Amino acid sequence: MKVIELIEKLNLTVFGTAKGENIEISGGYTSDLLSDVMGKAESGNAWITLQSHKNAIAVASLRELSCIILINNNEPEEDMLEQANEEGIPVLGTSLSAFETSGLIYNLLKK
Amino acid sequence: MRFEYDIEAGNFSKAGDASSAFKKVLKQLNVDPQVIKRIVIALYEGEVNIVAHSYGGKIVCDIEPKKVSIVLKDTGPGIPNIEQAMQEGFSTATPAVREMGFGAGMGLCNMNRNANAMNITSSAEDGTRVELIINL
Repeated sequence: MKVIELIEKLNLTVFGTAKGENIEISGGYTSDLLSDVMGKAESGNAWITLQSHKNAIAVASLRELSCIILINNNEPEEDMLEQANEEGIPVLGTSLSAFETSGLIYNLLKK
Repeated sequence: MRFEYDIEAGNFSKAGDASSAFKKVLKQLNVDPQVIKRIVIALYEGEVNIVAHSYGGKIVCDIEPKKVSIVLKDTGPGIPNIEQAMQEGFSTATPAVREMGFGAGMGLCNMNRNANAMNITSSAEDGTRVELIINL
């Protein structure tokens, strides 16, 4: 599934300029610890987190994650969004919790 | 080929810049993506350690035909107990740094896990030196 399809299916907010029309989602990883994501997430994973600062983009870029989904109505800090736009990483948002978001994405990807 | 990066203490907005720059070099050299992944994980953790815990430092990356060696050197204050620092979950990070999602006590373990060899020496006078070897 492409990131743009996930945006439509879960009605996610798109904060930046990247919508991931050509970015394939390989799976998901849910964590707020940057070292955990660095060490355990797989390339192409959608990252579900509340970390809304610039360092999240560094992690997503270095590990080649497909998108960042900010949970619980969290919004990205300005410099996070600037960096995300520069690198073409979709930063998305939802009002749902990490648990609910992960469950929905898990089911969508399982099909 | 040698690449050097200066790392500023406490400047989290630049944390990851050196790792990102070196990753681009490795990609241009067509290094195996799985090896790039391991190098990047180890290097990023080391870079963040210098930003979060040191007075500043330098990263020197040497690309050789069969290995990449990375030396991360800071100017202090040193690690009093390396064995303790190597334990997963042990961290001396401040609450503010933890809130950003750093300081989980996983950094040195991630480095050790992804490198073929890792050596740490540290003292209050000379700071900390971490050497990582990743085979190509």
